Amino acid sequence: MSATTLGRARHGLTLGGYAICLEGVLWREALRFIHQRGRFLAALVRPLVWLVIFAAGWRQVLGVSIAPPYHTYILYSTYVVPGLLSMIQFFYGMQSSLSMVYDREMGNMRVLLVSPFPRWFLLIARLSAATVISIIQCYAFLVVAWLWGVEIPDPGWLAVLPALIIGGFMLAAMGMVLSSLIRQLENFAGVMNFVIFPLFFASSALYPLWQVQQSSPILYKACLLNPFTYVVELTRFSLYSTWNLTALLVVVGCTIAFTAAAILAYDPARGLMARRPGAGT
Amino acid sequence: MDGSDLAELTALAPDPGTPALSVEGVSHSYGERRALDDVSLAVPRGGFAALLGLNGAGKTTLFSLITRLFDTRHGRITVQGFDVARRPSAALAELGVVFQARTLDLDLSVRDNLLYHAALHGLGHRRAQARAAAVLEDVGLTERARDKARRLSGGQMRRVEIARALIHEPSVLVLDEPTVGLDVASKAAIVEQVRALSRMRGVAVLWATHLLDEIEPGDHVIVLHLGKVLAAGEMSEIIALAQAPDLRSAFRVLTGTAVPAPETEDAGA
Repeated sequence: MSATTLGRARHGLTLGGYAICLEGVLWREALRFIHQRGRFLAALVRPLVWLVIFAAGWRQVLGVSIAPPYHTYILYSTYVVPGLLSMIQFFYGMQSSLSMVYDREMGNMRVLLVSPFPRWFLLIARLSAATVISIIQCYAFLVVAWLWGVEIPDPGWLAVLPALIIGGFMLAAMGMVLSSLIRQLENFAGVMNFVIFPLFFASSALYPLWQVQQSSPILYKACLLNPFTYVVELTRFSLYSTWNLTALLVVVGCTIAFTAAAILAYDPARGLMARRPGAGT
Repeated sequence: MDGSDLAELTALAPDPGTPALSVEGVSHSYGERRALDDVSLAVPRGGFAALLGLNGAGKTTLFSLITRLFDTRHGRITVQGFDVARRPSAALAELGVVFQARTLDLDLSVRDNLLYHAALHGLGHRRAQARAAAVLEDVGLTERARDKARRLSGGQMRRVEIARALIHEPSVLVLDEPTVGLDVASKAAIVEQVRALSRMRGVAVLWATHLLDEIEPGDHVIVLHLGKVLAAGEMSEIIALAQAPDLRSAFRVLTGTAVPAPETEDAGA
């Protein structure tokens, strides 16, 4: 073993060390998720309520006409599935940010941040863990939706995975930025009202954008400015094994921007945390 | 191993004369409020130093700077010779930390809390398992390894946190008021346990406290008050400096403030 390797090994910063650290963060997130079965059920029930009740009610009223990526008329329940997949990831991203605020209040966050691994890596590991768990939930929902009678193209099961990875990461990063802005757990209710609901409803998750444009041009513009719209569209197209380049570019761009903002926010030199006495980082 | 490798290894190995923990001229402010003002202290290798100060003295801010939760903007902090600002990875790898607030994940078992921390320090599975067993034995909690952390008493949680801080075999252990909120018996047990571990493993300890009964005559004592180091040295030196009969009186002379009496100590914690 060379001196460099010896030195790095002592400080845990070998490539293997990085892998172990990432695995540890993923493992802890998975354990917490398994221990909180209620979270999994809630994550599954929420989109199912939309699919089973909301979409069933609207399927006779709303037929969705032919528009890419669909090649034929589709039922509303088919239309709404990609939006609900994104909703799962959105809610899990926010839930993950909620748990970061909780960790900060309880002090667990400090344990993560005093690791010798670089802060950016630790935060990305945390984002990756949140993304993996949200993808598991998405596939669980897809299975239930399929059992409910929603047609999912065979290649779509695999083709949607890259979109779920990128979209999940973006939404988790957005949640992490929000977590850095929230001082107390109690303030998280405000995030629900001012972030989650507006972004979810002002998107293409529940209704096609061309229909929004016809009814409200202002809302249509708001939908176009909403990054969540592009996560939904990326997921929708990839479920049908096609790529929406605009959506891909916007989502990748937002992922980079939110991740950079999150790393900056948790940076001890420049971050918002350092400016608060007893911030309980 | 060639010559350059040897040179790098020499550079990585800290100079034996370097203190395990060194704080030089460190200041920190929260906006207009100055929390630390030109603080300097050193903990020798394998030594036990008590950072004595009342609530609001700046102890937790200093710990946040040592552990790099906050950035050191004025002054310099080194752990085993590694600058916390410039070489944070190397410095943090040498540091074990017990925070004032409880930081265990209550939903995880004792062992899982330790393994998670081991992973955060890059310890492989086998080594992590072995270290977890060893440190649990050190703190006498082997039989509680499978229990959820929330089922432990306050004193047991603290012991798990100490075990966790030692799992990656650090050279320096910093503890921020680790006995706050514990009963008298648990306090005494934890103080004794950390002293014993320090002696056995040669780990340097910085122990922040506002409780005089946690300090022993041979300890290096640093008196921190309103963000400033007022005195540093062995207990006898502090007493002599203040021309007082005992440490309690010396603290009162130096700071102009009384240390809480033992029976009311935790009221202010």
